[in-house]
Amino acid sequence: MTKYDELTEFLLRLGDSALIQAQRLCEWTGRAPALEEEMGMMNVGLDLVGQARNWYEYAAERINDDTDTDADTLAFRRDERAFRNLLLVEQPNGDFAVTMTKQFFYDAWQFHLLTMLKGANDERIAAIAAKSLKEVTYHLRRSSQWVERLGDGTEESHQRMEKAVDAVWRFTFELVEKNDAELALSESGNIPALTELPGKWLATVNEVFAKATLTVPDAPNTFYLSARTGMHSEHLGTLLAEMQFLQRAYPDASW
Amino acid sequence: MQAGELIITDQQGRSGGAADIQQAYKVLEEVMDPEVPVVSVMDLGIVRDVGWADGHLYVVVTPTYSGCPATEYIETSIRDALQNAGFLHPKVAQRLDPAWTTDWITEQGRSRLKAYGIAPPVGSSNKRSLLSGITQVECPNCGSQDTEQLSEFGSTACKSLYRCKSCLEPFDYFKCI
Repeated sequence: MTKYDELTEFLLRLGDSALIQAQRLCEWTGRAPALEEEMGMMNVGLDLVGQARNWYEYAAERINDDTDTDADTLAFRRDERAFRNLLLVEQPNGDFAVTMTKQFFYDAWQFHLLTMLKGANDERIAAIAAKSLKEVTYHLRRSSQWVERLGDGTEESHQRMEKAVDAVWRFTFELVEKNDAELALSESGNIPALTELPGKWLATVNEVFAKATLTVPDAPNTFYLSARTGMHSEHLGTLLAEMQFLQRAYPDASW
Repeated sequence: MQAGELIITDQQGRSGGAADIQQAYKVLEEVMDPEVPVVSVMDLGIVRDVGWADGHLYVVVTPTYSGCPATEYIETSIRDALQNAGFLHPKVAQRLDPAWTTDWITEQGRSRLKAYGIAPPVGSSNKRSLLSGITQVECPNCGSQDTEQLSEFGSTACKSLYRCKSCLEPFDYFKCI
């Protein structure tokens, strides 16, 4: 795998996270608790696939090697270790509470990150961020409402939400960690400084959890896995095996 | 112009001019959205520019939603319609910035949506109305204001699902973005 520059790595982090989150949402097809929710999840997934494609197209142009890398190559022909998505989004869906908790943490992160990137000097990043932000605003509103409704719902739904938060909270360290590569990118003027992102993300979590009568756990610890170096949990491999099967088995297949 | 005559700018043919751009816009008025076949791409406000470059007509469109599966279909429809109208190898390009907003849907587009049974977007797409989500939507069937949201997302990404509490009919609402 070629060593990409820091901006390309950053674009892949955005694109991969959107694609993997979308793929997890697709797993609910045909088995969501209600038809309206199924349509909701598929709509969010579709938005995210579109966003991933926009980030990938930009990344592919920057990579511009002799292998004709395009958005499809990036999505379907890279191995697990080359993916830069957040650990959070590759976690299994669990029940509806886990799915909505993951979605909410991710939506809140996207919302604040894209709001900052909308002001990027890099016009391409600013344009994709502005476009995506409109969609993500809807996503965040919906997942916040579900967190509130389930957390502040019945005893059963409240317990399930607590379990869900326990299950995925440790992966949120990636949403609040400081990163040297991103700092360098902001110093070189490509993207705005993201120093306020962790605080804003946590503020949204605090606000929604308060309404949902849920407790925000202590700050998560960093552990040995990190999407930035391609060190993923075991779940990404099986997800990719399913998502990439067709393009791996029948390269360049089309209909 | 006569059928079969192509608008081109090389030695063999006629050069395109300002009048042909007007003609192109007329053609675009007839290119319908595949999901909502009563509104044209002009009604939706997704056509951002039409002009001449390197001897070819170009049309710049902006996608409604990042993942809208109709985007490519619409681009092909635009190309086919222009070609059928005599434009030689028209080019269709995509532009993301500024991002599409429902504010660009024309008055004609809004009334066509309503007549089709889809409630047109209410108000402007400012950030506050997006975040709060509080919107009074009029039933496109009976005109009642007494409606409720069933789901944030409807049959496509651009719509949400409502129900009228007066006539009891469910309907799609074209949401503000």
